[in-house]
Amino acid sequence: MRERKTILDVKGLKTSFFTDDGEVPAVDNIDFHIREGEVLGIVGESGCGKSVTSLSIMGLVPSPPGKITGGEILFQDKDLTKLNEKKMRAIRGNDIAMIFQEPMTSLNPLFTIGDQLREAIKIHKRDWSKKQIQERAVEMMKLVGLPRAEDLMKEYPHQLSGGMRQRVMIAMALLCDPKVLIADEPTTALDVTIQAQILKLIKNLNETLNTAVLLITHDLGVVAETCERVIVMYAGKVVEEGPVHTIFKDPQHPYTRGLLESVPDMRFKKERLYSIPGNVPKPGSIRTGCKFAARCEFAFDRCLNENPDLYQTADDHQTRCFLFDSKEVQAHDRTVVKS
Amino acid sequence: MTEPLLKVEGLKKYFPIKSGVLGQVKNHVKAVDDVSFVVHEGETLGIVGESGCGKSTTGRMLMRLLEPTDGKVFFDGKELTDLSNQEMRKMRRDIQMVFQDPYASLNPRHTIEKILMEPLNVHEIGDPKERKKKVHEFLEIVGLSSYHAKRYPHQFSGGQRQRIGIARALMTNPKLIIADEPVSALDVSIQAQVLNLMQDLQKELKLTYIFIAHDLGVVRHISDRVGVMYLGQMAELADSESLYEKPLHPYTQALLSAVPVPDPDFTREQVVIKGDVPSPANPPSGCRFHTRCPFKMDICETTVPKFAEVEKGHSVACHLYKESRPQ
Ligand SMILES: Nc1ncnc2c1ncn2[C@@H]1O[C@H](COP(=O)(O)OP(=O)(O)OP(=O)(O)O)[C@@H](O)[C@H]1O
Ligand SMILES: Nc1ncnc2c1ncn2[C@@H]1O[C@H](COP(=O)(O)OP(=O)(O)OP(=O)(O)O)[C@@H](O)[C@H]1O
Ligand code: SF4
Ligand SMILES: [Mg+2]
Ligand SMILES: [Mg+2]
Repeated sequence: MRERKTILDVKGLKTSFFTDDGEVPAVDNIDFHIREGEVLGIVGESGCGKSVTSLSIMGLVPSPPGKITGGEILFQDKDLTKLNEKKMRAIRGNDIAMIFQEPMTSLNPLFTIGDQLREAIKIHKRDWSKKQIQERAVEMMKLVGLPRAEDLMKEYPHQLSGGMRQRVMIAMALLCDPKVLIADEPTTALDVTIQAQILKLIKNLNETLNTAVLLITHDLGVVAETCERVIVMYAGKVVEEGPVHTIFKDPQHPYTRGLLESVPDMRFKKERLYSIPGNVPKPGSIRTGCKFAARCEFAFDRCLNENPDLYQTADDHQTRCFLFDSKEVQAHDRTVVKS
Repeated sequence: MTEPLLKVEGLKKYFPIKSGVLGQVKNHVKAVDDVSFVVHEGETLGIVGESGCGKSTTGRMLMRLLEPTDGKVFFDGKELTDLSNQEMRKMRRDIQMVFQDPYASLNPRHTIEKILMEPLNVHEIGDPKERKKKVHEFLEIVGLSSYHAKRYPHQFSGGQRQRIGIARALMTNPKLIIADEPVSALDVSIQAQVLNLMQDLQKELKLTYIFIAHDLGVVRHISDRVGVMYLGQMAELADSESLYEKPLHPYTQALLSAVPVPDPDFTREQVVIKGDVPSPANPPSGCRFHTRCPFKMDICETTVPKFAEVEKGHSVACHLYKESRPQ
């Protein structure tokens, strides 16, 4: 694979919510980067901080109660966390665009699809003529595979099916040739046959337009089929990062391994599913030690008292688990971990 | 072969679509349209299909939480559709439901003890002391503890609430449990816990399950046989091994090939189907799948394929199979 430049670099990002219960660190010091033209997946269970990560990049964290309390988000040498709202608005939609899980809530029910597409173009292309705008809108509708593009422009969001609305959202997100597309659970509300169509569309656009995609999902199947690299999050932290093949075939973090084993695979029947004991912790409820320690079958003293770093285990593979700290690897037999 | 525990014949539910100030019935949503199947004692029948295909409506009709427009349901030899409301209420001791969102179905102002006690009160099972004992016993059975009895629903996580929903369904020692998307709202790691619990309980208490879900992996895992619904009808029904290994209906083939598999090395030929599910108010003529089917023939547009057994224990409604074509 050819070397690709990093286009978005997230460093030590911390985003917290200040609630009656005190500070809730929803995203707790995470690092990752997206390369030009790649599809990067973020996977993890409910509440682990996936959406807050994407909202932080977009400068859309609801504030109050939320606030980015640390770190940088570097895009083309600019730190997005330092930009004011006006500059951020220029980046949103233009350079970085986002689509959400439920397209209905992000489309205005009172305006036609055409109105909304044209409006979105106008914001960024002030000098375009009406005709140019109309043509671009129709072109994008066709690009995302919407039938009868001209007619659909005159219809209202509620007249479209969920899959069609999601296509409209993607068309809208791509209007200005963004360099990065953030897709937060773009298919979670859709049926599988429609999901397959939308994922295929996202992949095609990624290949033909070279748009980098940050795909957020809790569905490990979607990750395996769509992404090149994967970040696994747990309780506000990145616990493992690596190429999709490594993550699925040679997962290291006990959480990643547990998660992969708990998914029922349609291709064969297991007698019994593996299940990770206990519950997903509320963010902020575990202050010291590895956040997975209470549920981890490999936990030892150190896990309860110290916070593990992300340890590099291969060129492109990192794991936040003491078992992979070189100090421990020497002390313990690696085969225990591998078994 | 022994009599099935549940037998469903020609079940239909048409919801009227009203319009105008006078509320005239303009048309009907054919939510369930002529569905037949049986469920044997001790087995799990999975029902899958995409949103709006009629899974929940079917489940609710089996308990007569919804009155069928037409069709018959036999449970344990008795025709449920004939029972008076009072007789049906008694019957519900034997048939219980578990829902997707236990939170919505658990009264937030009642303690867990009170919630679990209720079915025992309704069906007048045991005296107050025995009831209390039973509540604590079932809390343990579903993996919670006695001390949870005094807590309120909001004090539990999603997975724990689903355990409470299951405990409540078990209180009356039912024979059949209809579980409508019982794990859809749960995280993967919690979903596995609840699925394991349901399997353990089935063995211990000899339960029969109808397991409704849209996740094909989950359904394969838990089911002995699986029915695939499309637009209010049963497209295919078979034991789960043959359904997943050798799907016969083009819709089942497309559905299975669209499910993302958690294995980056896995490749397959995708049967891609275009377009969206048509409206159940205006279902296509002939085979309901013909508007999206890659194998459509002329007969598919005009004639409804018969739901017929094509191989032993494997039924399908598709004109590609001679058993489905008119004689
Ligand atoms: N507006 C808010 N106020 C307070 N806490 C919030 C707010 N938004 C998010 N959080 C908290 O931040 C944490 C991370 O939430 P986030 O939405 O990023 O989760 P997620 O990984 O996207 O989960 P899901 O898979 O359910 O979408 C959660 O525990 C949540 O409770
Ligand atoms: N009370 C009602 N009045 C009118 N239409 C209804 C009613 N209940 C359900 N429907 C319609 O009947 C059809 C079947 O609905 P049902 O809830 O059974 O689907 P489902 O298979 O359970 O879908 P999901 O996977 O989304 O739960 C849908 O088109 C639905 O809109
Ligand atoms: S009956 Fe015809 S249209 Fe329907 S699934 Fe079979 S081949 Fe396709
Ligand atoms: Mg989210
Ligand atoms: Mg339903």
